[in-house]
Parts: sequence; C-alpha cells; structure tokens
Amino acid sequence: MPRSELVRRENRAGWFFVLPWVVGFLVFTAGPMIASLVLSFTDYQMIRSPNPVGFDNYRALFDDPRVLKSLSNTFVYAAMFVPLGTVAALGLALMLQRVGRASGFFRTAFYLPEMTPAVAAGAMFLLLLNGQQGLVNKVLGWFGINGPNWTTDPNWLKPSLAIVSLWTLGGTVVIYLAALNGVPRQLYEAAELDGAGPITRLFRITVPMISGALFFTVITNTIAAMQMFDQAYTMFYGPQQKAAASEESLVYMVYLFQNAFQFFKMGFASAMAWLLFVIILAITFVQVRIGNRYVYYHGER
Amino acid sequence: MRNKGWALAGLAAGALVVTSCAGVGSKDDAGGKAGSAGSTPTGTLNVMGFSGEDEVAQSRIAAFKAAYPSVTVKNNKGDFDAQQFLTAVSSGNAPDVVYMARNLVGTYAAKGAILPLDDCIKNNDIDTGQYREAALNEVKLKDKTYGIPEFYTVTVNLINSTALASTGVQTADIQTTDWDKLEQTAKKLYKAKNGRPARIGYDPRMPDFFPLWALNNGVELIKPGGEPNLNDPKAVEALTYAIKLVNDQGGWSNFKTFRDTFDIFGEKNQFTQDQLAVMPIENWYLNVLLDSRRNGLKLQSTMFTDRQGKPISTLGGSAWVVPKGAKNPDAACKWAKTLTAVDTWQKAAEARMQTVAKDKTFFTGLFTGNKVADEQIKAKYLKPSGDPGFDQAISNYYASLDVAKPLNPSPAGAEIEAAWKNAVGKALGGKATPQAALDAAQTEAKAAFDKASQG
Repeated sequence: MPRSELVRRENRAGWFFVLPWVVGFLVFTAGPMIASLVLSFTDYQMIRSPNPVGFDNYRALFDDPRVLKSLSNTFVYAAMFVPLGTVAALGLALMLQRVGRASGFFRTAFYLPEMTPAVAAGAMFLLLLNGQQGLVNKVLGWFGINGPNWTTDPNWLKPSLAIVSLWTLGGTVVIYLAALNGVPRQLYEAAELDGAGPITRLFRITVPMISGALFFTVITNTIAAMQMFDQAYTMFYGPQQKAAASEESLVYMVYLFQNAFQFFKMGFASAMAWLLFVIILAITFVQVRIGNRYVYYHGER
Repeated sequence: MRNKGWALAGLAAGALVVTSCAGVGSKDDAGGKAGSAGSTPTGTLNVMGFSGEDEVAQSRIAAFKAAYPSVTVKNNKGDFDAQQFLTAVSSGNAPDVVYMARNLVGTYAAKGAILPLDDCIKNNDIDTGQYREAALNEVKLKDKTYGIPEFYTVTVNLINSTALASTGVQTADIQTTDWDKLEQTAKKLYKAKNGRPARIGYDPRMPDFFPLWALNNGVELIKPGGEPNLNDPKAVEALTYAIKLVNDQGGWSNFKTFRDTFDIFGEKNQFTQDQLAVMPIENWYLNVLLDSRRNGLKLQSTMFTDRQGKPISTLGGSAWVVPKGAKNPDAACKWAKTLTAVDTWQKAAEARMQTVAKDKTFFTGLFTGNKVADEQIKAKYLKPSGDPGFDQAISNYYASLDVAKPLNPSPAGAEIEAAWKNAVGKALGGKATPQAALDAAQTEAKAAFDKASQG
C-alpha cells in the first residue's frame, strides 16, 4: 500500500472520530456565533425579519450609559472575585492536600457545591446574606461585627455576588490539588535543609511550581466572571426581586438578557455580546503576555 | 484552504436561514382564519403562560373541554415567560393562545408579536360590553383590540389591628389623604430594635407601587396614547414622599432587608408576627390571609384614596392573546371567549365555593374582569363571614373595582416600566435624587417610546 493512501485513510479515520465534536461545534458554537455577528448589524425585534442597520447598534453601545455601568459593575465584580477566589481555592487545596484521613470525603465535599445549580445557590444565599436574619450576619455578630445589608445596600451588592460565586470554587480547588501533588517532594526537602520556613516554601516553591495551573484558572475564572449571569439574575432579577433591583447589581450579561428578551433589541444585544467578546479577548491577551513572563511549564527547559 | 472557505460559506448560509425563519408568519388578523360563532374548531390548542392550578382555572378549562370536545387542549403550564414566548414565536412554533399580564399587551402588539382580535370578536359574537371598560382599554392599541381580559386586581389598605391597638392608633388614621398625618401615623406604628426595624408602620410598597403613589398625587405615569410622563412634578413629589416614609422607618436598605424576612405566603406572616402594621395590597392576598386567622390575625381595612380623599386604585389583571403564527386561531378565539364568559365564571365560582366549604373558610370575592359575572357571583355567594375585618376588606375591594385605573397601554410599556423601576431603585438607595433619577428615566423612556411608535 502506498504511503499516501495510508495517510489519507488515517486522516479519514481521524476526521471520523472528531466528527461529533466538529458537528457540535459548527451547530452549537460557530453557527450561533456567526448568526449573532450577522444580527449585530441589524435591527432585529424577534418577530419581524431583521433589518440591516450597519454599525448603528455598535454606535448605540456608546450612547447607552447603562452599557458602561453594567460593564464597570462586571469589572468590579471580577476584580473582587478572581483574586479572592484564587487565594481561597489555593488555601483550600493546601489544606486538602494535608488531610490524611478521609481525604476522599473532603475532596468530594468541596467539589459538591459545583453540582448545585447556580440558581439554587443564589436563592440560598439570599437567605444566608439577609442583613437582619441571615446566618452570615449572625455569625459576624458573635464577634461583635455589625454586618452590612448584603442584599439591599447598593454598596454591598457586588461583594455579595462575589461571595456567592466563591461557593462554586470546587473545580478550581481540584485543579490546584492536582497541581500541588505534582510538585516534586525533594524541592521541599532541599529547601527545608536550607532553612526555608513554610511561608518561603509556599512563595518560592509551591506557587512557582503550580503557576501553570494558577495561570489557567485565573484566565478561565476571569472569563467566567465577565460572563456571570445566573447568580445576579436569581438574586436580584428573579420574579421576587426584580422590582427592587438596584443598578449596582446590573452585570453585563443581565443587561444583555434584558435587551434581548425584555426590550426586543436582539440586534443591540448581539452587539453587546460581541463587545464583551472583544473585551474578554483583550483581557486574556494581556494575561497571556504577562503570564508568559512568569509561568513555569513542566515540559519547558 | 478551500475546504475552510466552503465551511464558512455554509455557516453563513445557515445563519441566514436561522435568521430569516424569524420572518415566518402572516399578518393576518387572528379572526381572519377563525370561523364564525357556530363553527366547530378541531385539532390541538396549545396554551402558554397559564398555570391553571386552582379550582377556578380547572373548572374553566373543563368548561371549554365540555363545549368543544373535538379540541385537544395542551397546556404548557407555567407563568408567562418573555424569552420562552419570543423564541417560540420567532422559530415558527408559536402557541395558539397565550396568557399574559395586560400591561404587556401594548408592547407585544406594537412589535407585531400578537394579532388583533377584532375579527375574532366580531365573528364569534363576543360581547365586549360584559368586560370592565378599564380592562378592555388596557388591551387596546390604536383602536384595535389585542386581548380578551380577565381578572381584575385592585388595591386597598390592609391593617393588622394588633399593632394599632398597641399604639393607640385608630383605624380612621390609616388614610392616604393627608400626607403629614400618614407620616406621623407610620412613625407611631414603627418599632425598632437594635437599630433595625422590628415592625414597619406603613409600607408604601416601593418600588412596585410607585404608580399608585403617583395616582395618589393626581398624575398618571403614562399619558393616554402611551407617552411616558415619569418626571412630572407631581410624580417627583410622590416619589419624594414615599421615600420619606421609607426613611422614617429605618431607611431603604434596613427597610428592605427586614421586609425580605417576611413570610408573606405563610401562616405566620408579617401580620400575625406583628412585623407590619399596614400596607396597601391587592385583593388576591385576602385568600392567603384566610389561614392566618387561626394564628391570631385581626384584620381591618381602609380604602386607598388620593389626596382629595377620593378612593383610587391601580389595576392589574391578565388577558388572552393570540400570537402571530398561531396555527389554531379559531380554537384560540373560542377558548378566550369561553373562559371569560358569564356561565363559565359561574362554574368557577361554584368550584370556589366547594373549596371554601371543604376548607371551612369563606368566600372573599371573585374579581373576574367581567362585570356581569362579578355582579351575579357577588349577589349569589357573598355573605357576611362572621369576621367583620374581612368583611370590611372584601367590601373595600368591591368598592375599588369601579375606581381602579390601569397604567395606560404603551408600545414602549416594557421599557417605560424598566425605566421607572430603575429610577425608583436609584432614588431609594440614595444614588440619585428623585428628580434626577426620574429625569433620566423620562429621557430613556421617551426615546424608547419615540422609537417604538415609529416602527
């Protein structure tokens, strides 16, 4: 059999194997993306057929003060959630790594919240975070701290959202745990012999050695934070709450959703989606540039 | 490279197909295809937005099925959901008849999402005179009728007399005519503990009830014709006053936090727990409160009035509409007719009376939106209950029926609502003055209105 024939057959088999993914990608990802790109240049009210308007929707993005407001809300939320989430997840992973007995149980326990639908978590946290009767402020009260009105004070809405998001940190914890287990033991032993304390070891060995995992989760968590919808929607825009929703909790995706399905501005909503795409792309690009300088990959020399 | 090009072309074509599907559907009047009053509809009737759980709904569905056995009713239960509805219509899978709040009808009609029902009304001899005029006006846009109205939600003050007794406040003091006096009363009834509210005296129900307070001050937030009127000086004044009431009772964030702890639908609710003295609320709430009597609820009620002392109320309710692309408009039309007919409401009232007898409670009124049905049902079933407070409340709700006023329908209804709610939220949270917040909301709402009225 000539070699090229073999290559072709292997190619065909390869394509055959990835076909389900390719079809899925085209139908469920690329298709809608292109559709939304097309729609972003139209005035589309869902009912009548779309009407091309050129760059009007993109111009309108800059005229609508709430686009900027929701974007800045989202940035503030992300700026709180991503660092807080990274530190908290790393702390949990370090603790989990040390748990000898019943480690399987604890790992499962910390991952479980990831299985809770965000909507359920949002509803639950509305109770926990209630300023007067909520558990969070009750516990703070034991230490003499007069907790804020997490769910109603406009200044505390975004921190509340960040706290709720911490609930679903299990995935990040598991990634860190795997990375921590990959750090060679002898590095610690050598450092200990040299007299390095636990803090030094953490910052000189652990963090650099798992920087690949840290970098990955910072990027994915940033993207997730920019696209956050469920928690904000359930907590502040659900049927019970929406009347009292404050502009301070209006995150970008919620505003996008409102435009699409409440105000019939599907074209404008599509333009919003593409603006967010560009922003996320830019943020990720910057992160990668910074990351390349500091991140250590095991495969590299 | 060439393959990639083809793939992209295919995708682009796919996208176009997806988007152009949205244009499917005719501009026909729902009645155009509908048969006459005597015609027999067949096939399937897909209903959307109608939870239909209680006996009033069940008996009416049964009445339709009995009248039109050849129609298969498929009820996709659950409340109206804009996203679900719009995607169904734009993907060509429109339901046949949809149940939505009347205040949404103007917006959906202006967008062409629902069909005018004038032919449906004519061909099926639907007597629109039986419906309350205010409800019918809510479903009209530019002289066309887009919905068949049902239910009539009105508002009066409900009072927890335990709170009044403990503070020496008289029932007559619960009034909205004299603002200064109401503020004093609210302060007297308000109770704080550890710097937080322990009992709210008078809950003005902000932000939802801003239209009611505007009405109280003599102004409508939406002008006849649908133009927003959000920063009318009287509306600003009303908002300023309502916020003052909230600030007198702990300030917005404490007030709202406390209110969030109420178990509104529970037997141990804010009234029985003495967490609230008075609030204006809609008539459906009386049924919720029936069970609270055994937990010591002593209810009283006064009318909600404007500042001249004339009783007023906002108005809510639902409507049956037929979406664009409905496949069985004939059955849809007959559904709307049957469910809102006097005979059907009679059956619903009978079913309600059975439930009432079973639960050993009493009838609190049924506000159908159908004037004839309301009067017949009231005459037949409304008896003194033995609880004078409830009787007073029921009679107040009945008295509100004739004065209730809805927000005027507008092609930009959804945007106007979003604008004022956002403004009220901002002002309550102290992020803007009532004037500034409502000015901004007016600009926004006006722009949406201008755009919606053009196209």
